Amino acid sequence: MADDKEREELVVAEYHRKIKEAFEVFDHEANNTVDVREIGTIIRSLGCCPSEGELHDLIAEVEEEEPTGYIRYEKFLPVMTEVLLERRYRPIPEDTLLRAFEVLDSSKRGFLTREELIKYMTEEGEPFSQEEMEEMLSAAVDPESNSIHYKDYIAMMVVDES
Amino acid sequence: MGCGTSSSTKDRKSEKALKAALVIQNWYRGYSARLKARQRYALTIFQSIEYADEQGQLQLSNFFSFMLENYTQIHEKDPELVARLFGRTLQDSKDRQEYVSFVDVPDSYNGPRLQFPLTFTDIDLLVEAFKQQQILHAHYVLEVLFETKRVLKQMPNFTQVKTSPTKEITICGDLHGKLDDLFLIFYKNGLPSGSNSYIFNGDFVDRGKHSMEILMILFVSFLVYPNDLHLNRGNHEDFMMNLRYGFTKEILHKYKLHGKKILQILEDVYTWLPIGTIIDNEILVIHGGISESTDLNLLHRIERHKMKSVLMPPISIDEDQDTDLKKTKTGANVVPREGKTNESPSEQLPKHEWEQVIDILWSDPRGKRGCYPNTSRGGGCYFGPDITSKILNKFQLKMLIRSHECKPEGYEICHDGKVVTVFSASNYYEEGSNRGAYIKLCCDMTPRFFQYQVTRATCLRPLYQRVNTMESSAIRILKERMLSRKTDLIRAFQLQDRSKSGKLSMGQWAFSMENTLGLNLPWRSLSPHLVTTDKNGNINYMSTFQDIHIQKPVKEAQSTLIETLYRYRSDLQIIFNVIDSDHSGLISMEEFRAMWKLFNSHYSIHIEDFQVDELAERMDLNKDGSIDFNEFLKAFYVVHKLEKLNKSDANLL
Repeated sequence: MADDKEREELVVAEYHRKIKEAFEVFDHEANNTVDVREIGTIIRSLGCCPSEGELHDLIAEVEEEEPTGYIRYEKFLPVMTEVLLERRYRPIPEDTLLRAFEVLDSSKRGFLTREELIKYMTEEGEPFSQEEMEEMLSAAVDPESNSIHYKDYIAMMVVDES
Repeated sequence: MGCGTSSSTKDRKSEKALKAALVIQNWYRGYSARLKARQRYALTIFQSIEYADEQGQLQLSNFFSFMLENYTQIHEKDPELVARLFGRTLQDSKDRQEYVSFVDVPDSYNGPRLQFPLTFTDIDLLVEAFKQQQILHAHYVLEVLFETKRVLKQMPNFTQVKTSPTKEITICGDLHGKLDDLFLIFYKNGLPSGSNSYIFNGDFVDRGKHSMEILMILFVSFLVYPNDLHLNRGNHEDFMMNLRYGFTKEILHKYKLHGKKILQILEDVYTWLPIGTIIDNEILVIHGGISESTDLNLLHRIERHKMKSVLMPPISIDEDQDTDLKKTKTGANVVPREGKTNESPSEQLPKHEWEQVIDILWSDPRGKRGCYPNTSRGGGCYFGPDITSKILNKFQLKMLIRSHECKPEGYEICHDGKVVTVFSASNYYEEGSNRGAYIKLCCDMTPRFFQYQVTRATCLRPLYQRVNTMESSAIRILKERMLSRKTDLIRAFQLQDRSKSGKLSMGQWAFSMENTLGLNLPWRSLSPHLVTTDKNGNINYMSTFQDIHIQKPVKEAQSTLIETLYRYRSDLQIIFNVIDSDHSGLISMEEFRAMWKLFNSHYSIHIEDFQVDELAERMDLNKDGSIDFNEFLKAFYVVHKLEKLNKSDANLL
């Protein structure tokens, strides 16, 4: 039992250092705070994939009572450690992602047109901002056919991440 | 009934689509965030290494003082060298005649020909010519430099500028030889003129490939509109910095015949650049920052041209001035300084004044309160919001605008809106690393920020490709850094690896890296790029060096020797260049040995003198008793096993 406890402490200690590293990179003024608009990026860079709604809730947990626009490290660390320990917001597996594209591609052509993707991403679910949409299109659209061959796209992104 | 079924099918269908969209959006946002984090990590690497390099400058400056105090041979045999190190001023009219009139412009020259006195046509002419990749003839360069010096001499240390509702002013930050950015600024904001004022806040040169062109455009614009084009000195307007960071090389390459003359005059011109600008009596524009002891009243009064270089701190001469006294006291011989009665002590700034200028050119704002030595750069300090308030209040100012630090968005506001950083070299570290920006100000109105990013056709690539480029570039220079400290790193790893297993925990490895390299980086996140890990998550620390090594110029040379020479090659280059006062590229074997001895003892390097001698001889660089030091240093380059060579050569030297 003592060994397990020790092991858990080690795991927590490593998580703490990982979180600290990720936080510090965005702490421009080196005063243990980051802009609240970068919290999503930090959390996701640690391997978690919360939805926008879940992110919203997380931010509410780490914000000051009177929101200042900044998140302090002291508040962020315990919340983020819990998230990592509980393995919350696990990333989407590749085949789930592929199936999602296939659902949208109702006629099973193997691709989505630019307009279709835009429509789904900006009107459904948790809509993309214009910037997000443009960013996704720039990498996903095959310039010759002007469509998104999602199977190739996913394969490319997966390689890039590893 | 038909309606009921079809609407429920529709519902199920749209619910499925909703879920699918959510999955894709969720995945994309995660991916995009990780891309941005990788971009940020790359930038952090670039920045830490850049500042660590600047810290090397401080060591170098200590070395020069050490060298002067101990290297009597140089004093006796080369008064030129001492003059350079102590600073000397060229006599104006005589030198001008000598330098300029003996440089002829051949008829075959089809580059831009300037007409003195200069007019706005000359500005246009230069801009167009430089767009065509033409080079301005040395004759005109020298004329412009002399004329600029003459006019700058009349300027006070701080230029006072007034804006009005009909006359805004534009403030640009570091350009660092990036001509495309200057063109972009002029394209968006117009050329300088009597109704379009500009302040260029230092660091016009070094790093980029077109420092000369930028300098010429800025100086010519200044000569045409001296009351509307304001130049502030940056920490790179310093001949010592140019030796390390590329401008000297650019000049000697573009101007093979007359480069040396240009360099000599340039040294002087830099010292006459104003320290800063004050807008409407309430906004201070300086290159770096402030410290808790910044005294503007003092800075208004100092003789700014005596500030030769950050690497030439005033040597405390007071004891030596009473040479006789000292001799009597100790009976020992003092380093003879009689040889240069018209140079020496009076040509230097008093120490406290020199420090004030260093603070202005080198300091950085930080969130932490108080004032601390700037350990990253090795010069100036870190100043907190309390210092900003204190100093601004003391001198009845409202805002500080500065540059000196690269910011991803081209600008950044901190200290409660009282400090603004503006940086105008986009893609500074690498394609896609950052935007550039400029500020437009007018009277009491809020400053407006304009951002841009120079794009070439290849730059319109998707984000993930740009991030990949940036990341590879950053990892590369980090690996080269690690390689230059290989021996120390291995020692640190082995110290922690008691069981000699060849493995360390993540924590142990990260600790060793940070401590040995002195770089505050996210080591855990970077580890996948740098080392291999086993299935238990432990690091095989020797994998740090597996795909990279320093090319040995001579097979038999010892690895530690090679590593040391590689590590200090930038410093050695500067030292050689300073000793080589006539810029011939050669120093005598004797000077080389003596200098190496000093270097050895000052930097506490444990390399036997005979080893370096042997190496130099083996490399067959002896040309009549002289060493071609550029060839010597070029021989030490890093081979990245997985990449082609040409790029690494270009980047290193």
